[in-house]
Amino acid sequence: MSDLYQLTVSINDTEYQRSVEPRLLLSDFLRHDIGLSGTHVGCEHGVCGACTVLFDGQPIRSCLMFAIQADGHEILTVEGLGTPDDLHVIQEAFWEAHGLQCGFCTPGFLMTLVPFLEENPDPDEAEIRHAISGNICRCTGYQNIVEAVKLAAENMKTPTRG
Amino acid sequence: MKTSIGEPIKRNEDPRLLTGKALFVDDVNITGMLHAAFLRSDYAHARIKGIDTSAARERPGVVAVYTAEDMGEDWAPGPSNVAPPPAEEIIFHSRTQVPLAKGKVRYVGEPIAIVVAESRYIAEDAVEDIFVDLEMLDVVADLEAALDPETILVHDDLDSNLAAHMFQGKGDYEAAKASADLVISRRIDFDRGAAAAMENRGVIAHWEEKAQHLTVWDTTQAPIPIRNGLAARHGLPENQVRVIAPFIGGGFGPKILLHYPEEIMIPWVSIQLCKPIKWIEDRRENFLATTQERQQIHEAEMILSKEGKILGVSHTFLHDTGAYDPYGLTIPLNTESHATGGYDVPNYHSEVKVVFTNKMITTPVRGAGRPQGIFLVERLLDIAAKELGMDPVEIRKLNFIPPEAFPYEREIIDQAFTPLILDSGNYQPVMDKAVETIGYHQFISEEQPRLRAEGKHIGIGIIPFVETTGVGPYEGARINVDPSGVINVATGVGTQGQGHFTSFAQIVAEQLGVDVSDVNLITGDSAEFHWGTGTFASRGAVVAANAIHASSKIVRDKVLKLASKILEAPEEELELEGGFVRVADIPRLSISLGDLALEANPLRGTVEPGMEPGLEATAYFGPQYGAAAFGVHAMIIEVDPETMMIDIKRYVVAEDCGRILNPLILEGQIHGGVAMGIGNAYYEQLIYDENAQLLNASLADYLVPTACEIPHIEIEHLETRSPLNPLGTKGVGEAGTIPVPALYAQAIENAFPDHDFEILEMPLSPNKLFEILYKKEVGR
Repeated sequence: MSDLYQLTVSINDTEYQRSVEPRLLLSDFLRHDIGLSGTHVGCEHGVCGACTVLFDGQPIRSCLMFAIQADGHEILTVEGLGTPDDLHVIQEAFWEAHGLQCGFCTPGFLMTLVPFLEENPDPDEAEIRHAISGNICRCTGYQNIVEAVKLAAENMKTPTRG
Repeated sequence: MKTSIGEPIKRNEDPRLLTGKALFVDDVNITGMLHAAFLRSDYAHARIKGIDTSAARERPGVVAVYTAEDMGEDWAPGPSNVAPPPAEEIIFHSRTQVPLAKGKVRYVGEPIAIVVAESRYIAEDAVEDIFVDLEMLDVVADLEAALDPETILVHDDLDSNLAAHMFQGKGDYEAAKASADLVISRRIDFDRGAAAAMENRGVIAHWEEKAQHLTVWDTTQAPIPIRNGLAARHGLPENQVRVIAPFIGGGFGPKILLHYPEEIMIPWVSIQLCKPIKWIEDRRENFLATTQERQQIHEAEMILSKEGKILGVSHTFLHDTGAYDPYGLTIPLNTESHATGGYDVPNYHSEVKVVFTNKMITTPVRGAGRPQGIFLVERLLDIAAKELGMDPVEIRKLNFIPPEAFPYEREIIDQAFTPLILDSGNYQPVMDKAVETIGYHQFISEEQPRLRAEGKHIGIGIIPFVETTGVGPYEGARINVDPSGVINVATGVGTQGQGHFTSFAQIVAEQLGVDVSDVNLITGDSAEFHWGTGTFASRGAVVAANAIHASSKIVRDKVLKLASKILEAPEEELELEGGFVRVADIPRLSISLGDLALEANPLRGTVEPGMEPGLEATAYFGPQYGAAAFGVHAMIIEVDPETMMIDIKRYVVAEDCGRILNPLILEGQIHGGVAMGIGNAYYEQLIYDENAQLLNASLADYLVPTACEIPHIEIEHLETRSPLNPLGTKGVGEAGTIPVPALYAQAIENAFPDHDFEILEMPLSPNKLFEILYKKEVGR
């Protein structure tokens, strides 16, 4: 058994202290140690993008990082984005535009898009497609995801929530 | 009656999926749960001389290690999913997959041993500790060479690698050929692709010894058959086994094999150890050990009159089933059902040989044999049109089954073993709609010549297709009015993103006058509803939907009957709206459905003889035979002659899948289907080498299209309702995928009018297209 290391990390504005093996993947830590299983794991080699979370505000593949590397950092997962009764404007747009089918890849798309739309409030279709080109969806053919992003960008200009 | 069927209602299930609150199999966590990992074969064909698991057993944290020998009497091959069809002169050798390899391994990725440990990390460490002594054998990697008498056998007890042999036909092909003006013969090749659902497979089993009860969470498309199979295997009554298929991250076919080795092993280990056991497939395992599809080699022929009328189609083909054949002849039967497309073909002949190879098992993947059939007939027709100097649209219109010819009998059997009858259709208006939407005539007469003059390699394709959908045997549903006013619906099909929580709810909402959001659908839990077969073959919106329709009508009748008594008004004066039953002209005379449900389940008094408590009904639907959908895809492409990358300028789908339940969901299904078809046609291919080693078993090497490869898709709807079910629906789940390879071939040929080449293989890739185009030049 490997030695355990102390880790302090902020996840969705809550601070967690845990002891972890150095080889524990951040994705497994979030899902199984913390119980935030909304972050999904699709490939464990950094290609599909399903496990994307925000790490100090930047989208990263949580399957390509060790949990211990998150020590002292801030993480935002899909659970921190909104709730069924209080959806984030991007979540709302995905619902409205039918931007998801099985929903497995969806958390990764959402977490990729949060910083993208903050930095690109008025993206055109080519920019949107490029922005999500690191996330694979097998159900939607991407069309309604693109529509959802357009809708979200539109709605963010006239915000309905604080 | 308020309409909700046909409305673009957003989905009931989405808020949970969007917030990470939907339960997927890997989210299940049970106290005391142990984790499993499999040792899989690194070789495609080898004899097992010995397995030493001692080091693995000694590793701290390891609880148990099992090999086939350790299973003793419990080791047995899986059951056959699909029996061989009742055809005459059929040969069928059933060899089903085994829980753990015994004696020899037959494909790379076949499970040899299972390790159970306190964590998945430890279990994977221990897998590396196992030593397997293998004697290498020659490998059956080539589909054609597999049938040579000298080739080594995948199954030692058979005389050859022939798994099945079957003939089908209509009319007298040879006689028709003798009088044909034109004979087009070509060899057509398909290779394998993956379904690549974003969620890999997973199984969790929890045997509770004191309750004598087994609960299994499984990423299956067919929870009820899995439950039935596990009960039979473990000698348990079916009500002591509960199988739950919660939210599933995409199915596309391969999640319906009954049973995968892991689906046998995880419950078995849980029973041995009396502990909950979890196994979650990783992506490499998914590439190696989840079923695949599409490899076939056809010698195909079409005979025509000089006017371009098809007189017959014939094909003799090999179909690769991989190392085992649990799925019977479903895929080749589908290929045969679609090898005459939507055309009136008087003479048809087919011969299929299904072949064992040392590769992963093939079972249906979205499309399921149909893309091969459509590719075959459409390619031959394209070549014939060129020979005859005919326009590709005109030769198709000339040959469509006319609307008055439905129901149209093909005189062969289909995947359901019922006679293939195309129930209904009106094909030419769909073709006209596609032609009009993409501006076919204007494009070929004006735009294309102009762009060609500019030196652009721009091509157009337009391909029609049929899809047989909605096969039996049956599905069922139980609907009851909850005292809260919510309508509970339970059905046995699983759900993998098709929007069942909404489209099925719309059917119920319409009958009972409630909001779609007040319908609570439960799918895929054998404790809630334990009859059914599963979600496959584009059948949910036909078979399950009509079962739900039938049971909601019965509940509606019960509601009206009881409300009539309570409100003292005749049934015909009652209306259901907004969750209430009210007397049409007297709004204050009303009762909520919830209160009515309480009245229907009294604590005192009596339920009258012949009556049942509650507002509940269970009903079933089994179609006489499948419903045939139709569509036409058209696209305009520009090919970069240097890189061979294809830029899709426009993509149009005109489809007729009968009555539409929810256009939002329907269009989503088409978008996803087209995207998978584009992958099939130009990006995705499982590359096996001569040792049957899969060379691209990762998403970095196997190219699933991203948002940059998939175009915006324009969709037009037409509606010819199926006469075979009360809702008039036809399936659409696989439609998007089916014509895309044929469409690519046609459009690419059209983009290079000065090159003499034919596309007769799939999948293509930029590299392959380069080779095909310049083969002749390079050869000189």
